[in-house]
Amino acid sequence: MFDKLLVANRGEIAVRVIRAARELGLKTVAVFSDADKDSLAVRLADEAVPIGPAQASKSYLNMEAIIAAARQAGAGAIHPGYGFLSENARFAEAVETAGIVFVGPTPETIRTMGDKAAARAAAKRAGVPIVPGSEGEVEGFGEARAAAHAIGYPVMIKASAGGGGRGIRVADDPAAFDNHFRTAQAEAAAAFGNGALYLERFIRRARHIEVQILGDGERVVHCFERECSLQRRRQKIWEEAPSPAIDAATREALCASAVRLAESSAYRGAGTLEYLYDDETREFFFIEMNTRIQVEHPVTEMVTGIDLVREMILIAQGRKLRLAQQDVAMRGAAIEVRINAEDPDRNFMPSPGKITALAFPDGPGVRVDTMLYPGYSVPPYYDSLLAKLVVHAEDRDLALARLRRALGELEIGGVVTTAALHRRLAGLEDVRNARFDTGFLERLLMTQAPSNGMQTRRDS
Amino acid sequence: MAQHQVVSPLPGIFYRRPSPEAAPYKREGDRVKEGDVIGLVEVMKQFTEIHADAGGKVVRFLVENEAPVEPEQPLLLIETA
Repeated sequence: MFDKLLVANRGEIAVRVIRAARELGLKTVAVFSDADKDSLAVRLADEAVPIGPAQASKSYLNMEAIIAAARQAGAGAIHPGYGFLSENARFAEAVETAGIVFVGPTPETIRTMGDKAAARAAAKRAGVPIVPGSEGEVEGFGEARAAAHAIGYPVMIKASAGGGGRGIRVADDPAAFDNHFRTAQAEAAAAFGNGALYLERFIRRARHIEVQILGDGERVVHCFERECSLQRRRQKIWEEAPSPAIDAATREALCASAVRLAESSAYRGAGTLEYLYDDETREFFFIEMNTRIQVEHPVTEMVTGIDLVREMILIAQGRKLRLAQQDVAMRGAAIEVRINAEDPDRNFMPSPGKITALAFPDGPGVRVDTMLYPGYSVPPYYDSLLAKLVVHAEDRDLALARLRRALGELEIGGVVTTAALHRRLAGLEDVRNARFDTGFLERLLMTQAPSNGMQTRRDS
Repeated sequence: MAQHQVVSPLPGIFYRRPSPEAAPYKREGDRVKEGDVIGLVEVMKQFTEIHADAGGKVVRFLVENEAPVEPEQPLLLIETA
């Protein structure tokens, strides 16, 4: 049992974890790069240890420095937050080898779930639906046609050697399939020098729905779902609970499937199973599991009243889950919007800088998770998330009204933020009616005059 | 002999190559044309290409690969004439 926790992260999540740890009576240790000396996490933690220069690769991703900091401070456990080393099996292993508790699942679980094919296979074994597709490459027209029939239409024909959307065709029916398959094969051979194709069900209007779970290594409970369909370049910007798109029977089947998969891997800690939901067929398909706390966890906390970060820490202390499934109830609706330091009118150009004015909304049903304070300088080296504005009310319409009210009270001066985009979204009829899918936001933004095309995002 | 400095328009991390495995955009002694990409600056996980605003020959880079840079900080020295 540990009594001192090191937080291997920065920004709002470091603050969030420190708060949960403090409420449990634990001492807290922040680690910080040269660019984060003045961070709120450093101010709030009982101790703070420098771990290197501004570049994340030399500080927040530096396993040796972080483990050395934990040893130096005498921390018995490390909470990885999200991003950085949170889903790095080698880090979890190194922490355990150092005799320190990793607040999260076992390295084996992280490894399995981080491998797309292994996670898909685990889902299949647990009877959890995955997006139907061909078993590897399809050879020859007859085999392809049979596979397409088994998968169900519309079918996406992909070149094995393609990527990034290249070499993809969609067939709505068998006649179209016959045409597309032959063309796709010729194209793939010409473009990639390899005519191999594989098939997958095409989901025209997909929603992103995910299930929060908690496990103690034996037993798993779900904390219902979140919907995160409003995304730009696969980055979620608006999340809510419950999903406005599914009925009670679907919810029950979806959440039960998540518990089955997590239990089959003897899951320990907080985790999220992500699904695509097809509005047209009302089917859900598992896509991947995140073996950490997620940015959008507060919406679940608002509707269930469970402090997920506290539960993670208690589980890491070796306690059994305190909750039975029937203890987890969902009340009302919650919405989170991400306030990022990006300019929505200039192609989401980053906007680091000094915070010159700051007023956060308050009042009933409003929560703000942030690392900002007046006079803080937002460094340019890390992600652009400044604050998560979360509202909760008796139902979704009231939550939206509360969100509009809260966004009206929000003031962040000195940097440009995405608040204006959220004010616009919160007033749209399609958003009020939850008529959206994962392509909605980008289609909406396309209808505006696009500004300069400066950005190329490179995954790091 | 006239020399010109290419400066960073943004704060962030400077990269001399398009990806960790790739060759640098420019090396010392290379010819550089106005508009050529000479590096990337990463700001909040977004990457912006830095273009040479003059042509000539690369004398030397003034910051290391993957070093933090400030706005207006000189990145590259070019011999223009």
